[in-house]
Amino acid sequence: MVTILEGAIKLPIVKADLNLCQGYANCVMEAPEFFDIDDEGLVVILQEKFDEDKRAHVESAARSCPVSALRVEDE
Amino acid sequence: MSSDVVIVGASVGGVRAAQSLRADGFTGSIKVIDAEDHMPYDKPPLSKGFLSGSQGVDRISLISEKAIAEANIEFLLGTAATKLDVAESRIVLGDKGTLHFDQLVIATGVRARPSPWEATDGVHLLRSLDDALSLRADFESANSVVIVGAGFIGAEVAATARHFGLTTSLVDPLPIPMARVMGDEVGIRFIELHHRNQVQTYFGMGVESITGSKGNLKVELSDGTLLSSDVVVVGIGAVPNDAWLDSSGLLIDNGVVCDEYCRVVGHSNIYAIGDVARWHHPRHGKLVRVEHWTNAVEQAACVSHNITNPDELHQYAPVEYVWSDQYDWKIQLAGITAEADGQVILEDPNNPNRFAAIYNDSAGKYCGVVTVNWPRALIECRKLLSGDYEISVPVQRVEALLAASPSR
Repeated sequence: MVTILEGAIKLPIVKADLNLCQGYANCVMEAPEFFDIDDEGLVVILQEKFDEDKRAHVESAARSCPVSALRVEDE
Repeated sequence: MSSDVVIVGASVGGVRAAQSLRADGFTGSIKVIDAEDHMPYDKPPLSKGFLSGSQGVDRISLISEKAIAEANIEFLLGTAATKLDVAESRIVLGDKGTLHFDQLVIATGVRARPSPWEATDGVHLLRSLDDALSLRADFESANSVVIVGAGFIGAEVAATARHFGLTTSLVDPLPIPMARVMGDEVGIRFIELHHRNQVQTYFGMGVESITGSKGNLKVELSDGTLLSSDVVVVGIGAVPNDAWLDSSGLLIDNGVVCDEYCRVVGHSNIYAIGDVARWHHPRHGKLVRVEHWTNAVEQAACVSHNITNPDELHQYAPVEYVWSDQYDWKIQLAGITAEADGQVILEDPNNPNRFAAIYNDSAGKYCGVVTVNWPRALIECRKLLSGDYEISVPVQRVEALLAASPSR
C-alpha cells in the first residue's frame, strides 16, 4: 500500500554494489522478501525502500553478506 | 537489558555477535578482545584476493571505525585471553589484568594444524593476515611451490599460486581429495580443474619429509618421488583454539561443547560460536562443529537473540553453506554432501563451465547440493534444505532453470 505521505517521510533504503556481489545469496536466505539472485548470479533488490521497523531485519541480511555488497542508508 | 558482555575473538563471529547485540537492543557494555592487534578482518580472502594482492587490507575489514563508534563496541586488541575463571565470572588477560563478564561469548576460532615436518624456513601455514602477507611476499619472489593438502584452502592457494605464475605442485594422501566432501564423480572434476590450470597433482600420496630451507626445499613423497620447490604451503586442516579454557572446567571435546541454544553445556551465561563451537544440532540430532564463514555469522545472530531474549530462546539448526573460488570456478556447497549415497549431476548445455550436483541420502532424500558457476541454481536448492524433500524436487527446480534459460 502506497501512502500519500511517502515523499515526505525519510525511509531507509537498501543498496547493492553489483561490482562486489558474488552471488553468495546469504541475503536471500535471510530476507527473501527483499532480495533474490538473477540468472547471472547477481543480487536483485525486490524492495528498495522499507519501513523503519524492518531496518534491523534488512541490516542483519546486509551483515550476512560475505563481501559487504549491501548497504542500508537513509534516503 | 544492561550487563557486561565479553566476546573473546574478533573474527567474523565475534564482530557480528557484537553488532547483532546492538541491533537486538542490548544496552550494556560490549567488549571484544583478540590476541591479534589488527583491526578486525575477514579471513576468506586470505587464500584468494588478499593473497594475490588484488584486495588490500581496507577491502577485508569486517567493521568500519564509524560503525564501531555508532554501536559503542569496545575492542581490546593485542590482548590474549589466557584463562577463564567461571566462579568469579572473569577472563584473565595474561599480565594485563582481568575482565568481568555477565555474559561471555567464546569465538576464538581455529588455528592451522601445524606442520609436522622438519623444515620451517619457507614453509607456510595460512590462517591469519600476517600469514597471508608473509606467503604473498614469498610468492612474489619464488618460482615454485609445493602445497600439501588439497582441501579448499590448499586448492585456493594453488589457484592463487598459478596467478603468480609459479610452478605449482599439489599433494594429498587421498586419490581424489574432494571425494571426501563431494563424492568421486564430482571430486574427479576438481582434479581435472587443477590439471587444466597446469598444476601438477600428486594424489594418493603422503609426505614422508620436508627438508631444506626457502629457495631449496625438498618434499619427499611416500612413493619415493622427490619434489623441489622454493616455498611449501601446508594446509592440512585446523584445530580449535580452546587450550586457554583447559583449566576452566568447561566441557571441551574437539571444540567447546554446547547445547542446541549454543550455551556451553552446564552454563547459562556462556556461549560459543563459530569454528570453535561444537553444538547439538537439533535437525541432525548430534554434536557438530562447522568451520564455515556463514555458520559463524548465523550462530552469532542466534546467540545475540538468546542473550537479549532469555525467555524466548532460539534453537540453532542452520543449513550448512560454504563457498570456494578456484581458478575460474565459483563453487558453492549447501547441506550435507559428505555422507551422501548418490547424486544427480545437471549440466548447462550453454555453459560448459557450469553444473549442479544434487545429493541424496541412503533413504533417497535430498540432503545437499554443489554448484559450479551457478548461484541461481544454488539458491533454489539451498532454500529446500531446511525441509524434507525427495531428490526429485530440487532436480526439477534446476531443470526448470535450464528450460527457462535462453540458448546462446
